[in-house]
Amino acid sequence: METVNFFAKNHGQILQLTLEHLWLVGISMLLALAIGLPLGILLTRRRALSKPVIGVANIVQTIPSLALFGFLLPAPWLGERADRLAIAALTLYALLPVIRNTYTGILSVDPGVREAAHGIGMTDGQVLLQVELPLAMGVILAGVRVATVITVGVATIAAAIGAGGLGEFIFRGVAMVDNRVILAGAIPAALLALLMDLLLGLVERKLTFAQ
Amino acid sequence: MNEAPDTAIEFHNVSCRAANAHLLLSDLSLRVRRGETLVLLGRSGSGKTTTLKLINRMLEPSTGEVLVEGRSTLAWDPIRLRRSIGYVIQEAGLFPHFTVERNVGVVPQLERWAPEKIRARVREMLSLVGLPPDQFLSRYPRELSGGQRQRVGVARALAGDPPVLLMDEPFGALDPLTRAEIQREFHALQKRLQKTIIFVTHDMREALLLGTRIALLESGKLVGVFTPDEFLRAPDANAAAYVAAFRTDDGKSNL
Repeated sequence: METVNFFAKNHGQILQLTLEHLWLVGISMLLALAIGLPLGILLTRRRALSKPVIGVANIVQTIPSLALFGFLLPAPWLGERADRLAIAALTLYALLPVIRNTYTGILSVDPGVREAAHGIGMTDGQVLLQVELPLAMGVILAGVRVATVITVGVATIAAAIGAGGLGEFIFRGVAMVDNRVILAGAIPAALLALLMDLLLGLVERKLTFAQ
Repeated sequence: MNEAPDTAIEFHNVSCRAANAHLLLSDLSLRVRRGETLVLLGRSGSGKTTTLKLINRMLEPSTGEVLVEGRSTLAWDPIRLRRSIGYVIQEAGLFPHFTVERNVGVVPQLERWAPEKIRARVREMLSLVGLPPDQFLSRYPRELSGGQRQRVGVARALAGDPPVLLMDEPFGALDPLTRAEIQREFHALQKRLQKTIIFVTHDMREALLLGTRIALLESGKLVGVFTPDEFLRAPDANAAAYVAAFRTDDGKSNL
């Protein structure tokens, strides 16, 4: 009951931090897609690069998020603003599932189908756009979904470097030893993750060809 | 050196090596006449499929040259070349995310035909291979039987009206009854279409039924080119082995 009262009293701030959180996640995901999709596609064309690139993305993923924020702090342009820094770190986290799923999704397309596509005279671009990407879409979107949910969670840590978002409540609550404040950050963050998962699940179902 | 006017495709001393330097095909010289069905017969690894893929430049010769319409395949733009050659492979290679209509219309669509023209052409092709268009247009390949998929594969290969058709064991994955049925249909279709067809198979019965001539390949080398009649009487040991196996087969089925 106390928590509900707290939520009611602070709904303005909760909303504001939720929007901040969404902004951090949204920009990071857009960047991760803008980098990860082409990179994943490139790796299917230059397979020798796939081991090192995916390996590096893997290592980035294993760095604890707080440490990653710390590592990026001295970076020249990034370190100047907390939100830039947070977005850079979140993008790096989201990259691995996007790259990996794009890569494996395209490679898992039936070689016979790919061969037929080349054999009937599709250009490389047409094979990619008309055959490989549509058939890999389910796997790619599954990667985007995982990346988004991870990012919603990790973005709460961004508050530690002053980048805002729902983590503000969580850190403040921990400092104040006040569960209501922690929950004011944790519950919307959890709901956000669920909502994103649900929405992207719908997109996935809509865009995926049922094999 | 002028090409005989009735030559559609010609191999001049063609060898082809795989990326690992393994020799897939050695010193093949062969001429395919316009309008004939040349069957490439041989066991797995004999170089049949390699020969086929050299024609639409899915592979390139290591030495020698392959001429299509008198021009080396290396002088052709590979995309143009492939769109002027129909291609049917085992399991049809249909696009699982395209309906039958889009599958059959894919080459005309790549060639930017007008939509009405594509639609009409697709219907025509489906009727040609014995699939009622209204019943099949909106189906997906997974909703078809093996024989129907193969028919769609043939319809797709014919849709762009290519003068040449390459068929790589197109009926290989079908059950014997469907296979016999579709072979008969294709045999009838062949006569109507007058296309130049290069047909890969390891099934001698199929070779004898569909081939104007049979080119027998063994470990990457051409053993010889025979008419079906010649093939049955060929003194060559490889050909004789096929015929003997065929006879034994036949003997069993008569029991």
